[in-house]
Amino acid sequence: MSSITTLKYTLQLADNVLIMGQRLAAWCGKGPILEQDIALTNISLDQIGQARSLYQYAAQIINNMPAADKAHLFNAPLLQEKINNQHTITEDDLAYLRDAWDFRNCLLVEQENGDWAYTVARSFFFDRFQYLLYTALQKSSDSTLAAIAEKSLKEVQYHIKWASEWVIRLGDGTAISKEKMQQALQARWEYTGELFVMNAVEQAAMKANIGVDVSSLQQAYQQQIEAIVNEASLQMPTAAWMQTGGKNGVHTEHLGYILAEMQYLQRAYPNMEW
Amino acid sequence: MLTVDNCWAYLEEVADPEVPVLSIVDLGIVRAVEVDSAKEAIRVVITPTYSGCPAMDVIAMQIKMCLLSKGAKQVVVENQISPSWTTDWMSEKGKEKLEAYGIAPPKRKSAAPLGLFEEDAVTCPKCKSDDTQLSSQFGATSCKALYKCNHCQEPFEHFKCH
Repeated sequence: MSSITTLKYTLQLADNVLIMGQRLAAWCGKGPILEQDIALTNISLDQIGQARSLYQYAAQIINNMPAADKAHLFNAPLLQEKINNQHTITEDDLAYLRDAWDFRNCLLVEQENGDWAYTVARSFFFDRFQYLLYTALQKSSDSTLAAIAEKSLKEVQYHIKWASEWVIRLGDGTAISKEKMQQALQARWEYTGELFVMNAVEQAAMKANIGVDVSSLQQAYQQQIEAIVNEASLQMPTAAWMQTGGKNGVHTEHLGYILAEMQYLQRAYPNMEW
Repeated sequence: MLTVDNCWAYLEEVADPEVPVLSIVDLGIVRAVEVDSAKEAIRVVITPTYSGCPAMDVIAMQIKMCLLSKGAKQVVVENQISPSWTTDWMSEKGKEKLEAYGIAPPKRKSAAPLGLFEEDAVTCPKCKSDDTQLSSQFGATSCKALYKCNHCQEPFEHFKCH
């Protein structure tokens, strides 16, 4: 098994939770009530923690690679230069020194927070996927990824519960909350198709028994989403066209803005610590 | 002379930075202690409560300082995430300390996750009433939920079963 496959697969998993965590962190201080503000930042903290474990592992893989194998890993010149100069790469380098085209997160997580219903819809769709993904990833032949999946799965169970309860509360609430929840589900649904389309890295990772066959998760996903949508007395969203691209590095305009904010300090003041 | 047993006893002095009434041993995050007496070197394996626990670096530092002050020449702290931490590993003594401190300890075993809208039955740590209600699954730290007591009206934290 090639360590490049493990590296790329690990980075893709990490990018999803980093960007999702960064999005939810933007609610900090802006939640409608204190308890929900804290809920979102707690979920964000779990996700950024998961991202850290994954980036630490990715950095370790890079540092152990022979120089020839890692001469062209990233498009971002700052990071690639650091690697070529034999610097020890850290989790922070991977989060802060790559540009949008090096990120492989799905389009769903980079979508804007919007109003409360949009934030709930995005988490509802993402957390349910993460639950199925991590459940399967626990069986990875890569023991580090299996361990991270096992640990993260326990956290995702809280996240799913939070998002599902809100979908039900809003769907089964007032006429306005129902309308807004329905609208948000409909608007975000077109970003869920990509989750189950295997990209080249996922194919290679699956063949090497380190990664999950995400296409096999789609049926369970659909059923589990539908069960909650029904309980919320909402309609299952539909999409004539599913958006794709993020998993291959082709992103919506939103990712650039997220990175501009998240990476600002390291770009303006390289190696700054505080 | 450093032995495995007295290292465990020393680690009882290291408090969790977020819940200082608990030691890291009470919390169940110390997974292994190995002593190489010839080299006076110690290896301690710890596990995070939650992936995002911001206290891990501080805890590792405190472990090193504690054991170095007891005569160790070299201390290595390693992080292990599998098997993942559970509140089932919290000591009974730790649970008593939590309650005395005003945080309701976990009661249930973690194996059975709760369903949607389902809550733990939590006793108020102040007035001991069982008539309490959940305010939020998420509290000031990842490991705690917010509750309020319908009997004495006081809000309190619950160290959630995980």
